[in-house]
Amino acid sequence: MSASASIKSAAKPARSSQEIRRSIISAAGWVACGIGLLLVIGPLVDIVAVVGINGASAFSVKLFTTNGNGMSGGLLNAIEGTFLITLFAMFIAVPIGVAAGIYLSEYGNNRLGAVIRFMSDVLTGTPSVVLGYFSYIVFVLALGWKFSLLAAAITIAILIVPYLARITELALRQVPVAMREAAFALGAKDPTVVFKVILPGAMSGVVTGALLALAISVGETAPLIYTAGWSAGRWQGHFTHEPIGYLTYVIWTAYEQPNSEAHALAFAAAFLVMIVVLLINIGVRLTVRRTKFV
Amino acid sequence: MKLGPFRLSVLALALLIPASLVAIVLFLMVYSLPVFKFSGLHFFTDINWNFGDTEDDPVMTRGMLVPGGASYGILVFIAGTILSSAIAIIIAVPLSIGAAIFLAEAVPPKIRPALSMLVELVAVVPSIVFGLWGIWVLIPFIGHYLSPTGNGYGLLAASVVLALMITPIIATTLLDALMQVPKENRESAFALGATHFEVVSKAMMPMVRATLIGGIVLALGRALGETMAVAMVSGGGVNILPTSIFSPISSIASFIVNNLDSSQGDSTNMSVYAIAAVALVLFLITLAVNAAAKLLSSGALHVRKRQH
Repeated sequence: MSASASIKSAAKPARSSQEIRRSIISAAGWVACGIGLLLVIGPLVDIVAVVGINGASAFSVKLFTTNGNGMSGGLLNAIEGTFLITLFAMFIAVPIGVAAGIYLSEYGNNRLGAVIRFMSDVLTGTPSVVLGYFSYIVFVLALGWKFSLLAAAITIAILIVPYLARITELALRQVPVAMREAAFALGAKDPTVVFKVILPGAMSGVVTGALLALAISVGETAPLIYTAGWSAGRWQGHFTHEPIGYLTYVIWTAYEQPNSEAHALAFAAAFLVMIVVLLINIGVRLTVRRTKFV
Repeated sequence: MKLGPFRLSVLALALLIPASLVAIVLFLMVYSLPVFKFSGLHFFTDINWNFGDTEDDPVMTRGMLVPGGASYGILVFIAGTILSSAIAIIIAVPLSIGAAIFLAEAVPPKIRPALSMLVELVAVVPSIVFGLWGIWVLIPFIGHYLSPTGNGYGLLAASVVLALMITPIIATTLLDALMQVPKENRESAFALGATHFEVVSKAMMPMVRATLIGGIVLALGRALGETMAVAMVSGGGVNILPTSIFSPISSIASFIVNNLDSSQGDSTNMSVYAIAAVALVLFLITLAVNAAAKLLSSGALHVRKRQH
């Protein structure tokens, strides 16, 4: 027994100082990497906690049933405005984005397709405040629409169309070529192939794209400041010449106010926006596992 | 290929994307011409920005009618943008590399999807929510513990918020690249007696360097154009170059969003033109950076590829 034990210990020589140094460096490296991950995820947890606690404690029935001026009162007009801007932006953007995606995936394997794809990426990388200022000089000033729902909705549409186009393209490309060939062989024409075969096959991807675009438009602020304006009342039904309120504006104005009522309002608005954005993104990621879109 | 009515109509809708981009560039260029004519290169080299006396009658200056005392120089905003983004990158790169390595190699495969989803979710939190958190949590912290003046708003706060917003871009890019390193490369490094950390740092990281740099440049493009969060925590400094990391700054984007009302009453429209010029500069900077990111990640500059 003792003999074999001594042989074992003799067979394993003492670790050299270099080996000890290497293992210490490796251990320190892992600790540093772990801290890095904590510092990336930690703030997210803190944001959700801070906004969640402060926002939820500001909730009341009055918050959802009365209008507010962005510093006090309720959020009804802001919620309605965000809903309307998002709704009309999606009305404009989804047909264009999906059609562009169809073109890029089905007929866009040429130089023109490459150009559209490149320009679409450039548009995605353009800061949203630049888009907002463009809309300001074109729609608000040159066309004389003033701050309005239509100017805001078109701006958001320009912002999300490139996302929709590229996600739709990716989704349509997942449909096997054999399905297209089979449909064409049966004598189907282009529209039939696209609407009856390819789009139904890629519907989950297209819906994913639309949901992500929805999340983007609910969370945007910078392009709206120059296009939507702000209104402390409900929407009167005009598409132009009538400014409209929105949730992120409340966060933007109320934080500057010293009183706690304004702060509570800002957190309530931030909580609503964050819930929508996070729920959509979590839902999409849970259903479409490990597919990277954007 | 024959273009039927269906193909023509989807093409027409697809062409709206390049059309809107061209319209954006054209309008911004046309609107900024008077300002470039008025200020010339001083637009980029002057530190003074003054909309002038927009309420009073305009004054003839250098052959153009402008509000009295108007001066358009964006050097301060360029400095604020570049400094805040550069410091953000310096903070974000080590954090994201650490996070990506830990996710790729140290975390059990079962919980990796959940953790990497958390990292991705950081990227979707709206900018304005980051800004609100910055004011509520970060500004008091910096003001209380770090800043000699007790004021937390400034370059450091803007950089930290930007860093948090761009870490997921770098981290997810790197994580995807690390997961694609061939098994053979990892195993040969292990077989040579390397520790697990040495395998990652000496064998795997050099292979994904090009992707990592592409991700960093992409993140830089995002940081340069980030608006709301910066506008909320940067302190909005104008007409003075930052002297320390606690100096109040303005980035180009935050300056644009902060000056909505400045053009009101200006009968010459020069204020509107001036901000258009600022927006055009921001567009061109982000375009250049994003194009660089695209070149890097597409592998056009990836010379080492030939070796394997």
